[in-house]
Amino acid sequence: MKHLLSIDDLSTDDIHQLFETAADMHDVQRREVKKLPALRGRTVVNMFFEDSTRTRSSFEIAGKWLSADVINVSAKGSSASKGESLRDTVLTVCAMGVDGLVIRHPASGAAVQVSEWVDAAVVNAGDGMHEHPTQALLDAYTLQRHLGSLEGRHVAIIGDLTHSRVFRSNVQCLTRLGARVTVVAPPTLMPSGIVAWSAAAGFETSYDVDAVLPDADAVMMLRVQRERMSGAFFPSAREYTVGYGLTRNRLALLKPDVPICHPGPMNRGLEIAADAADAAQSVVLEQVSSGLAIRMAVLYHLLAGSPEGGIA
Amino acid sequence: MPAPDEASPGPTTERADRTVLDARDISRALTRISHELLERNKGATDLVLLGLHTRGVPLARRIAEKIATVEGAPVAVGELDVTMYRDDLRSQPTRRAHRTALPTAGIDGKVVVLVDDVLFSGRTIRAALDALADLGRPSAVRLAVLVDRGHRQLPIRADHVGKNLPSALAERVSVRLAEIDGTDEVTIS
Repeated sequence: MKHLLSIDDLSTDDIHQLFETAADMHDVQRREVKKLPALRGRTVVNMFFEDSTRTRSSFEIAGKWLSADVINVSAKGSSASKGESLRDTVLTVCAMGVDGLVIRHPASGAAVQVSEWVDAAVVNAGDGMHEHPTQALLDAYTLQRHLGSLEGRHVAIIGDLTHSRVFRSNVQCLTRLGARVTVVAPPTLMPSGIVAWSAAAGFETSYDVDAVLPDADAVMMLRVQRERMSGAFFPSAREYTVGYGLTRNRLALLKPDVPICHPGPMNRGLEIAADAADAAQSVVLEQVSSGLAIRMAVLYHLLAGSPEGGIA
Repeated sequence: MPAPDEASPGPTTERADRTVLDARDISRALTRISHELLERNKGATDLVLLGLHTRGVPLARRIAEKIATVEGAPVAVGELDVTMYRDDLRSQPTRRAHRTALPTAGIDGKVVVLVDDVLFSGRTIRAALDALADLGRPSAVRLAVLVDRGHRQLPIRADHVGKNLPSALAERVSVRLAEIDGTDEVTIS
């Protein structure tokens, strides 16, 4: 494998192999010297055409802990803001001898397009409403650490499905690992064509949070992405919270110790109440440290070996 | 983790294998190494055995058991993976990293004994020394190997050797251990 553009690029064995490597990388985080020489002499560029704190920092630290030279390019302050095309920006950066390109772009399919232009290994760090594969991997890795195995476990994904690339990647990743997935959203935030997709991909859909929560082994809340909403998808924030938020009352519906995930950033009081975000079973911060381990594993597998190497 | 050319259990080849150490020989060699370590270190105090993946790990555990039997007290054992520190990382397909686990007390100020199955080019041990430098500062580092087959490419030598086995470069030395391979033997082919 040369690029990581979609969860579809990975076989089940690849995912398990990444998890095993991530577990080793997790150990490195506990060391006094958090540095491995695996990517010494390699250059990774993080190109972020959308705002991001955790994903960009996570990729930056992951690259640096593997001893790669890492630079960050953001749309603001780069030639992109002067009107340069994505292709020209990417080709210019890659002409500097870049080995890996981590790209986030508001357009769905941007990462795939970029991978066709350059020789460098491309990692999709989120493209529009399409995919966010490393987020899905870190979510599944975090849940696997809590649940042992995802085989047969019931994961509820709740929230703004229409605008969520995290949900699209997660459904693929979790079902591939044997989990039973139910996605829950108000009808206005349910993607069009989801009935056919859910039948083909083997997940369930529901509009009723209260019916799904008692049976869930893990809960994944999604951010309401107001910045992507062009129209009114729900009457008011209050109404969304009452219908679909993980409130204090809904917390009581969960089985004990059911892990609660959120890819962040969280809209506290909207899709997730502070009681749930700060609950003992909340794994939100653990997702962040798992994310670092997963991104180290991804960069290692894409960039450390010979060009013929990488994940099988 | 030994390089493919360094320890070489691998698939059975068509060449005839000649057994150079059987289970009893291996046990005797490890007993001798255990006593040498104790004598050199004047006891097991501050001794840490670090097995190199893959077959160094069970060897380190066996030596620790023998030392514990002699001394009547447990000795610290850990495992060290040197995959990320190999100088051929770039020229091979990606290898899976293994676990590095240090004793709770760490390795600072301790006498660390690296334990591996075969000493060949010395590149695994060079990588292990780099890995150790990232993990702490031992007061001394020693090297114990079950088999030294020669052909060093770096100025590295073992302090404790189970068997010196002069071999041709083309020959293949295979170490099999009960914990991993179901049997104890060292063969050359």
